[in-house]
Amino acid sequence: MIITLLVVSVVAFLIIQLPPGDFMTSYIVQLQAGGEQVQEEQVAALRKQYGLDLPIYLQYFKWAWDMLHGDFGRAFSWNRPVSELIAERLPLTVVISLFALIFTYVMAIPIGIYSATHQYSIADYTFTVVGFAGLATPNFLFALILMFLFYRYFGLSVGGLFSPQYLRAGWSIDKFIDMLKHLPVPIIVIGTAGTAGLIRVMRGCLLDELRKQYVITARAKGVSERTLIFKYPVRIALNPIISTIGWTLPIIVSGETITAIVLNLPTVGPLLFGALLSQDMYLAGSTIMLLSFLTVIGTLISDILLVWMDPRIRYEKREES
Amino acid sequence: MMRRKKEEISAEERLYVASQWQLMGRKFKKHKLAIFGGVVLGIFYLVAIFCEFFSPQDIYKGYTQYIYCPPQRIRFFDEKGFHFRSFVYGFKRTRDPKSLRRIYTEDKTKKYPIYLFVRGDKYKLWNLFEADIHLFGVKEGVMFLFGTDKLGRDLFSRDLYAARISLSIGLVGVAISFILGSILGGISGYYGGVADMIIQRITEFLLCIPTIPLWMGLSAALPPEWSPIKVYFGIIIILSLRGWCGLARVVRGKLLELREEDFAMAAKIAGATDEMIITRHLLPSVLSYLIVNLTLAIPWMILGETSLSFLGLGLRAPIVSWGVLLKNAQNVRTVTMHPWLLIPGLFVIIVVLTFNFLGDGLRDAADPYK
Repeated sequence: MIITLLVVSVVAFLIIQLPPGDFMTSYIVQLQAGGEQVQEEQVAALRKQYGLDLPIYLQYFKWAWDMLHGDFGRAFSWNRPVSELIAERLPLTVVISLFALIFTYVMAIPIGIYSATHQYSIADYTFTVVGFAGLATPNFLFALILMFLFYRYFGLSVGGLFSPQYLRAGWSIDKFIDMLKHLPVPIIVIGTAGTAGLIRVMRGCLLDELRKQYVITARAKGVSERTLIFKYPVRIALNPIISTIGWTLPIIVSGETITAIVLNLPTVGPLLFGALLSQDMYLAGSTIMLLSFLTVIGTLISDILLVWMDPRIRYEKREES
Repeated sequence: MMRRKKEEISAEERLYVASQWQLMGRKFKKHKLAIFGGVVLGIFYLVAIFCEFFSPQDIYKGYTQYIYCPPQRIRFFDEKGFHFRSFVYGFKRTRDPKSLRRIYTEDKTKKYPIYLFVRGDKYKLWNLFEADIHLFGVKEGVMFLFGTDKLGRDLFSRDLYAARISLSIGLVGVAISFILGSILGGISGYYGGVADMIIQRITEFLLCIPTIPLWMGLSAALPPEWSPIKVYFGIIIILSLRGWCGLARVVRGKLLELREEDFAMAAKIAGATDEMIITRHLLPSVLSYLIVNLTLAIPWMILGETSLSFLGLGLRAPIVSWGVLLKNAQNVRTVTMHPWLLIPGLFVIIVVLTFNFLGDGLRDAADPYK
């Protein structure tokens, strides 16, 4: 776990170091384009201040050390501390990702159960096709199409997360309600990507479970169909679903990134995009790292949840050790 | 004698003597959706391979009088009734007096018949053979089946050329993933131990990093002065950096399972070497699963490339891929005014869907004894 996080940080740092030149190069070009004279000494001083003159591994240690102390460096292009910028946007990212995750499960589990209990019915086929279509449509395209349809038929602009009048306002109940109104589109867009896969998993697991003997026994003994399905098979079929959070989360986080860029949401996605375009190394690196951190932590939580939901796993582990 | 005997074998008996691949073929044929997917993909790849021939126009030629021109419809009927030779109507261009926006209206006086195997813009097939014959086209006037872009270039032709890039990215990327995945997965599955530990940790790590941010970071790092071809391969490598993980896991899991099977044990007792067991017994058993996984990995590659190019971090202008074309449709205003710019997205959806159908059918077929 700690090792994973460490490797993530190294990778994030490498990504930032890969492009030739550093931020200073583009910063100087920017200044010169603005007609300013840039002195050699000035540049050297700036480089020293930001630690750009050190060898790469030292830069990494400096970066990692500062990060442990909550200092993520400075975003050159915004001229503000990275931690501030990310702190502004991270909560919304987490909220949207969580909602999308919940949406995925709320959609996938009932549909999966229905498809399994009504195998090869028209509804089953419909869900399969719709699910596959959701899987096949890239997030950004889905977002664009939804925006297009809303704009065309309702005259609504669905981009952003707040109406213009609340953009700069502080948090209030009105602003919160306004945000809730804007949330459905991004959540649907992000959520559908993972839903199709989950429906397949849920359907497959439940089908396997329903064929087992205890189900037949229970049915023979006259247990009502509803109790029969929900009491045991569904609970067992849910286990793989929970263990898939591990791969659902990365899908949602990456979906969130690209959807946010298209829909112009004030989350981390567009921040990362902008940072990459302007080669703002600290900002881009920290963003990639935090996103990965969140995913790793989410995966860990899902593992814990799995043990909690399915005691068999704990026992198996104990027997091993 | 032999031939008569073959005919006497009943259908049931044939099931028993059929090889594993025959069984798979039989099961696959039952999956109608997968067959359909395979056929559609076949057509797509055929068109992509010969895109110079199938596209009616040169993709870099801009018609300055026809900027953002809407798609034309192929027609068989005019005021005089049915015509066997289809045709398109020409355009009359006016400007909206208020917004100064171009308005194209169909000009029914101008009729451009469509001919098959028509001579048009010169091209070099696969950059080797010079030719100028196109599958269809007009001899006079213009034909834009999918409209034009902001430089007045024919989007239908551009979509076909883009198909070549987008579809090939999936194949090349999967080939790289295949090599990496089967070697690393094979090592960790068959030998186990420390190598297994390390490879397992690496795949786990790569699988839990959100893809799009990682890809964005890596592709933004590609030097801007690289030539388009270099960028093309750079993007493929970035995409397959993660693509091999899933494959390696499948190979490893299957090998671990098969290593303990009776037939592997029997081979070992019979004195077969490691190499023989792997190549003669284990690999053929894993192969079907590999093919399934490869089929299902291709659409992810295509989606990845499309997303990256859409953001402007992937392939760049003279190369056209579906993502590059979609980049023109980045904001709602352009999309509302020129909805035909979204057509490449439709192709992406169709291709990804059909790949999934095909993969689903192959997955069912890969386990013929179930």
